[in-house]
Amino acid sequence: MPKRVVVGAHYGWRDWLVQRVSAVVMALYTLLVLFLLLRSGGLDYDAWKATFGSELFRLASFVFMLSLLWHAWVGVRNIAMDYLKPVSLRLTFEVVVIVLLIGYIGWTIQVLWGGVAP
Amino acid sequence: MAALDRPAVKARPVYLNLFAIRQPLPAIVSILHRISGALLFLIGIPLLLWVVQRSLGSPDAWAQMRATLAAPLAKLVLIVLAWAYFHHFIAGIRHLMMDLHWGMDLKSARQSSAVTIVLAVLLTLGVAVKLW
Repeated sequence: MPKRVVVGAHYGWRDWLVQRVSAVVMALYTLLVLFLLLRSGGLDYDAWKATFGSELFRLASFVFMLSLLWHAWVGVRNIAMDYLKPVSLRLTFEVVVIVLLIGYIGWTIQVLWGGVAP
Repeated sequence: MAALDRPAVKARPVYLNLFAIRQPLPAIVSILHRISGALLFLIGIPLLLWVVQRSLGSPDAWAQMRATLAAPLAKLVLIVLAWAYFHHFIAGIRHLMMDLHWGMDLKSARQSSAVTIVLAVLLTLGVAVKLW
């Protein structure tokens, strides 16, 4: 048995795959937003509000944010594993990051569905 | 035989001082990928959420948010984040291409590194010109 330390690692290919799939999702969403901005001809409050008025766009935005947050988790954990060597320090840092990211999920939901009711 | 002319024992670094080693271009792209990612996590995500939240609030909140972002310091932050996004995006595409075994030889890897750095800077300059 290899000696395993509590670092939140999975010792596998899942993170590798998540990083790539989430990257593709974010790239596609970026192109979508770029397309919508070009079509509406720039930044304007009414057009912006109408874009977010679409349930489909809000769902796409939510998928984008989940991809972003998961992608961020994999990346930040990689950085932590490289530079934060004491396990206690790394674990503390990772817990703070996880709590922060979960908070961001809540904030995302609040932004997307909290204030859009007419 | 030029090799024999060299002294048998050369002064070699005894430890890895990152600042004494000349980094190859792909290594620079790699560390910038990491730094840009860290910036996007630390500042990018909360700023993105804040901006979208303010922008959807009311015409007043929208105008207020735009005024806040028009401050010189805010513009600087936006430009840095724009660079981070561009660099991370392009370096990520490069990563995905290499996953598919495209451009894996040394020459192509160096070329795509140079393209990544230059393209990210050019796009950032474009944003900077538009912002100022």
